[in-house]
Amino acid sequence: MHAINYDAPTTLDQAVSILKTHGENARPFCGGTDIIIQLRAGVRRTEHLVDVKKIKELQVLSFDAKKGLRLGAAVPCIEISESDVMRRHYPGLTEAAHLIGSLQIQNRASVGGNLCNGSPAADTTPALIVLGARARIVGPNGEREVPVEAFVVSPGRTVLKPGELLVELLVPAPAPHSSDAYLRFIPRNEMDIAVVGVGAAVTLDGDKVKAARIALAAVGPTPILASKAADAIIGMKLDDAALEAAGRAASAACSPIDDMRGTAEFRLHITAVLTRRVLSIAAERAKKN
Amino acid sequence: MAASTTTGDFKVIGTRPIRPDGVDKVTGRAKFGADYAFPGMLHGKVLRSPHAHAIIKSIKIDKALKLPGVKAIVTSKDLPDAENMLEQSGELTVNPMHLSMNILAHDKVLYDGHAIAAVAATSPHIAEEALRLIEVEYEVLPPVMTVEAATKPGAPILLKDLRNNEEGDKPTNVAQHYQFKRGDVAAGFKAADYVVEREFNTAMVHQGYIEPHNAVGIYNSDGQATIYCSTQGAFDVRSLSAHVLGMPVGKIKVVPAEIGGGFGGKTTIYLEPLSVLLSKKTGAPVKLVMSRAEVLRASGPTPGAKIKVKMGATRDGKLVAAEIWMAYQAGAFPGSPVAAGALCIIAPYTVENFQIDAYDVVVNRPKTASYRAPGTTQAAFASETVIDELAEKCGIDPIDFRIKNAVKEGAPQIMGPPFKRIGFIQTCEAIKNSAHYKSKLTGKFRGRGVASGFWFNAGMQSSAMVNIHTDGTASVVTGSPDIGGSRASMAMIAAEVLGLPVTDVRPITADTDSIGHTDVTAGSRVTFATGMAVYEAAKDAVRQLIERAAKVWEKKPDEVEFRDGILHAKGDGVPPISIKQLAPRFPRTGGPITGRASVNARGVGPGFATTVVDVEVDPDTGKVQILRCTIAQDAGKAIHPSYVEGQMQGGTAQGIGWALNEEYFYDDKGTLRNTGFLDYRIPTCLDLPMIETIIVEEPNPGHPLGVRGVGEVSIVPPVAAVANAIYRAVGVRMTQTPMSPPKLLKAILKHRGATTTQHSAAAD
Repeated sequence: MHAINYDAPTTLDQAVSILKTHGENARPFCGGTDIIIQLRAGVRRTEHLVDVKKIKELQVLSFDAKKGLRLGAAVPCIEISESDVMRRHYPGLTEAAHLIGSLQIQNRASVGGNLCNGSPAADTTPALIVLGARARIVGPNGEREVPVEAFVVSPGRTVLKPGELLVELLVPAPAPHSSDAYLRFIPRNEMDIAVVGVGAAVTLDGDKVKAARIALAAVGPTPILASKAADAIIGMKLDDAALEAAGRAASAACSPIDDMRGTAEFRLHITAVLTRRVLSIAAERAKKN
Repeated sequence: MAASTTTGDFKVIGTRPIRPDGVDKVTGRAKFGADYAFPGMLHGKVLRSPHAHAIIKSIKIDKALKLPGVKAIVTSKDLPDAENMLEQSGELTVNPMHLSMNILAHDKVLYDGHAIAAVAATSPHIAEEALRLIEVEYEVLPPVMTVEAATKPGAPILLKDLRNNEEGDKPTNVAQHYQFKRGDVAAGFKAADYVVEREFNTAMVHQGYIEPHNAVGIYNSDGQATIYCSTQGAFDVRSLSAHVLGMPVGKIKVVPAEIGGGFGGKTTIYLEPLSVLLSKKTGAPVKLVMSRAEVLRASGPTPGAKIKVKMGATRDGKLVAAEIWMAYQAGAFPGSPVAAGALCIIAPYTVENFQIDAYDVVVNRPKTASYRAPGTTQAAFASETVIDELAEKCGIDPIDFRIKNAVKEGAPQIMGPPFKRIGFIQTCEAIKNSAHYKSKLTGKFRGRGVASGFWFNAGMQSSAMVNIHTDGTASVVTGSPDIGGSRASMAMIAAEVLGLPVTDVRPITADTDSIGHTDVTAGSRVTFATGMAVYEAAKDAVRQLIERAAKVWEKKPDEVEFRDGILHAKGDGVPPISIKQLAPRFPRTGGPITGRASVNARGVGPGFATTVVDVEVDPDTGKVQILRCTIAQDAGKAIHPSYVEGQMQGGTAQGIGWALNEEYFYDDKGTLRNTGFLDYRIPTCLDLPMIETIIVEEPNPGHPLGVRGVGEVSIVPPVAAVANAIYRAVGVRMTQTPMSPPKLLKAILKHRGATTTQHSAAAD
């Protein structure tokens, strides 16, 4: 790996100013669990790393029953997976954060970093999408908010412009009788990357689905909000036929590739399997809320 | 102590003392290859080919040399011509010219990652920057990635000088055809009631040692070189480096570092000659350490194989014929372990009629190296699956089927000479009687599979010294790098012979100037052969102790007896003395005592193992969970049972990884895509149950303590055992590795489709 400059600003203004000065040659970094590896492998190159862990706005983790969740972009995954509040209100996002790497990695890696890395296989991104999360971004021209499903534009690329920084993720408070879940398929039992990931959030009205969101990982160039898969179950009882229909619609929303982690054919099949499984889990949880 | 007995009651052997290298390892003090540093040391990096197959038109290094901090660059022009011949080096047959071509590509690159140039600079960063400034012009050629592609008419030829034993002066990618046969195969199949014929394909896999290759080279102005590196064979590094560098063996000293895993992969050289060449050019010590990606792209994995097995059995379960065709990917240069695979593939069984044809084929992949029972896991996957199927057709329990056909003492080996005392049947019976095999496996999509394996084990040359210290304690010096706890065993053997507590014996692995020639740590030979040398050296020390005591007592040596560390004068009432009491008398009775022995160990006892594994398959995803696994292995005599068990568990774990997920994944351009442990999936601790072990001790008559090698055979059965278990779980016979979820799911869906069609056809 080549020599790199390092800055660790403590305020948002400083961070934006450094990022603006260096433009394309700088990258924010948090846990470094992706970018350090990419730099070492030579798949990314940057001259300047801007460590955002010391900025307090990026370390906020707060939940309000009305306003919902504020999740700072640099909050390490372990704080999420060890939080009772998170587990109660956002079990899907919590299990996604808990799946990343190992415990050691989870002490470094953040949900914000997972999103900014722009990987289609990021575990926490579908979990955020199904919750209707929005990304709050600051930059040289002020602030803006972007829905998480629109954040990643292509593999490794996001809506962030040079000088811009993800500050936090804003997640609505869960509706009554709702819950979420996330499942991924990996060939091993840990320390792996999703071959397929499926997140689901379900709101029930009695035994029928009132609202649902389904999002997919690793089956297209970006994380996918599979609206038609959700449409297939809205107003329905979640029986085998409904689950099958959702699974088929989720597969239809994919555009997977053949690669070393699995064939396209395999991914389409697994997407349907996981969609059925994850919807059942989310619905079971929603019944209890 | 009586020789040639294993029933004698040992005091040290068979116990489980703490390993002598343990404290250094758990405290981080142990010095691995990459831990070495010297004043003024430079850092080297290697430029590697991005192409699988290309002619090198030119290499321009001027720009890189001008980068501040860059001290030297070497290319193949800096290597002397090496001879195109075959030489035995340890367990390897080496062609120095090919070795040189692998160290730095000469006129062609032959695989993705093939080394082209090496840079020495004042920091690793600068060396890496310099690599980007080296300009290489290539003429890219079509990559030849498989045995089929390499052998079809008109296939691009990798090595223009390569000829084989059958095709005269025709350029070829087939380096060698081996054939082994006995009896009348056609008549054998005629007598068979059941015949099973299948074709198997296995993926190239890596040993997956955690420590990457490394070397520090120091070339002195007097023409002497020293290499510090992590290796399984310091003497082999010395002789192989001497070939590549055109230096006399005596001018090179190799200091073996602690080793973070080898499994056969560290029996050859990659960086060592480069460190010396760069040191010679710069006058400074030069250190090179591979990245994980370099290890996977450019060290020596084990071949992918294509194997066709046809076997026949009579109704009552007797194997009567085998016809086998096998071709292994040697990598870029000849020398796959296909002959070993051929000699092992049906070795556990008496088959009166067989023909085995085996082909060594070069392809645009890294030159393969040894990996634990080289060539045999692939082979056993094929034969043990077919045997499982034959047992099923005969309606015989798979263990009973194996016992019925098992080789025993006196049975001819594949090459002809009869087996001496062996413990194959005992491993089968141990599994049959195990709590695991007797337990009932219940639940859906669960299955139990068994398989067995054979491995020759090796003897070869070893030297040992046993020094008695002035306080009556001892040290054991050998030349065998310790990759599996062998230092503990060496200390235990010496302690047993000397009658000392094992904590009074310090074992060390010496450099190539400090001990007599010792062949590579491979072939499960250290505890057997180096152990034999240690046993003899300790005996030599005892003989000298007896002489000294006789001198002190003014008696003849045959009037002195040595028992359990105490010297006794025969007859009258002279009080016996311990080694500790005698030690202060060494100076006045002839000086220090050093027991010595060098052996070329004969009497190798082959190893057998039988493994049972329970799996659960997720039929919707093709994912396999290993529920339970037990291995029984014949150790001859387990010197340190914990480390024998460790070898059994380690080989099993690697075999399960090989079975389920490990594979070299090349794209259509011949570029390796999975160059890290994220996508090259060795099992993690959450992927394996505790592997249960049963040590069988059927003494090897060729060793004074009954020892057989134990390091390798454990990897042979698991792939087949997993495949057989999957069959019992979901009804599909997997004939390729890895049996990864995409492949298994595809097979399950196909099977389900076929079953559905059958059912509907029946309904019609």
